[in-house]
Amino acid sequence: MARAGVVVIACGAIAAEVRAALRSSARAGDGVEVRTLPPLLHNHPELIAGEVARMAGQLQSEGRTVVVAYADCGTYGALDEICTSLGIERLAGLHCYDVFAGSKVVEAVFAEEPGTYVLTDFLVRSFERTVVQELGLDRYPELWPDYFGNYRRVVWLAQRRTADLELRADAIAEMLSLPLEVIDTGITGLADELERLSSRAGG
Amino acid sequence: MNEEELLAQLYDLTLVGNAPAVLELTNVGLEMGLSPEALLFNALIPSLEEVGARFERGDFFVPEMLIAGRAMAGAMDRLRPLLIETGVESIGTFVMGTVKGDVHDIGKNLCNIMLEGAGFQVVDLGVQVAPEKFVAAVEEHQPDIVGFSAFLTTTMPMFKANINALEKAGLRDKVMVMVGGAPVTQEYADAVGADGYAADASTAVNRAKELVKKHRLVGQA
Ligand code: B12
Repeated sequence: MARAGVVVIACGAIAAEVRAALRSSARAGDGVEVRTLPPLLHNHPELIAGEVARMAGQLQSEGRTVVVAYADCGTYGALDEICTSLGIERLAGLHCYDVFAGSKVVEAVFAEEPGTYVLTDFLVRSFERTVVQELGLDRYPELWPDYFGNYRRVVWLAQRRTADLELRADAIAEMLSLPLEVIDTGITGLADELERLSSRAGG
Repeated sequence: MNEEELLAQLYDLTLVGNAPAVLELTNVGLEMGLSPEALLFNALIPSLEEVGARFERGDFFVPEMLIAGRAMAGAMDRLRPLLIETGVESIGTFVMGTVKGDVHDIGKNLCNIMLEGAGFQVVDLGVQVAPEKFVAAVEEHQPDIVGFSAFLTTTMPMFKANINALEKAGLRDKVMVMVGGAPVTQEYADAVGADGYAADASTAVNRAKELVKKHRLVGQA
């Protein structure tokens, strides 16, 4: 199988969905391995390109074929430079929001209300750790208005709604004192992108 | 506690963002006869500069910066009326805002605190500021500098839109333009035709001082 030996380097914030997408798509998923990088790199996007380069370079030296399950993700082009120089490809779009919902939908969400705070299933699950703790809101609750005072609504781009995630999303919106809207995206956008990337990479 | 000890303590407390203690010590300092400028330039500003340096090194992250900024802002509220009273001349006027479509403002607010501390009169237009609003504010306040802050790939192009709007209103050569925000680089600033760029608040203050000089020289010529 030509695809055996393909490794997806996935952002930890979408790794669960990457695995689910690969499972759902027999063609893309066949023999593909997933390696993850820490999701918290998102708060230090200047580190993302370097980490991807290190992991990809290592894998390539072992003769593996690499695809990158990151969008630009706040690297402001740095990830593209790495991908070009290593001859590998990444997911299209600026953020995983674009991959899940399509860039048209995301553009419309922000055009309609620039003060939109977007959630994904990952962010809903990990809000306490990745946002509350990471931004110091547990230690300094007085900072809530500094961070979120300018926001007007929360939009959850839901990959797979569950009762538990719904409860958590409601709780987050309540914590922010903002209304919550939900857009069901599923993971077909991601599955299609992975299919495209791994078929190009694996031949 | 002598003056030196007080300034050293004020520096340390600002560094850890203890706002109530910073305000209290500012009051004590004033009662001891220290000038607002001495408190600013010998404790508060150097401390926030150190906070910025630690952020650059990765020793501090956003929350540490925010609480230090808050502590300094509290002291500034106390010192501002005194600075005006004693007739300390503003070294220039700076109109600042986050561009349309963007609501990130932490970096902008830190720049504002440092600019004000350094003696600028700062007019903060807040977030999501449309080009027309920047134009109106430049007309109204006739600042030396207008600053645009942006954080998203999708909102950086607003720098150019704002500059075009200033040109259209016939104001471009009456004001210096500075740009900044996490994704912005010197190359990008040059490409959109800004006069200045800075990667952090302390550098922004130094650049702004240089630009004011330049602006006033050009104004006289
Ligand atoms: C804190 C933060 C937030 C806070 C913002 C709170 C607030 N009130 O500003 C919260 C959590 C609310 C948030 C929300 C979002 N964020 Co955000 N956020 C960050 C984060 C982690 C830090 C930014 C920051 O405050 N840095 C600290 C300050 C001090 O540094 P600074 O901003 O660079 O400012 C300095 C200089 O740039 C300069 N400067 C700043 N302005 C100016 C202006 C002038 C004139 C000058 C001279 C200098 C200057 O001086 C400052 C002080 O030293 C960055 C990642 C990162 N590490 O950069 C992501 C980041 C900027 N966010 C990002 C995103 C995507 C979002 C969201 C869309 C996410 C979402 N889930 O909805 C929303 C934005 C929605 C919207 N409508 O705008 C992306 C942007 C990527 C891109 N390609 O556009 C980043 C890069 C994260 C990532 N890796 O994906 N965010």
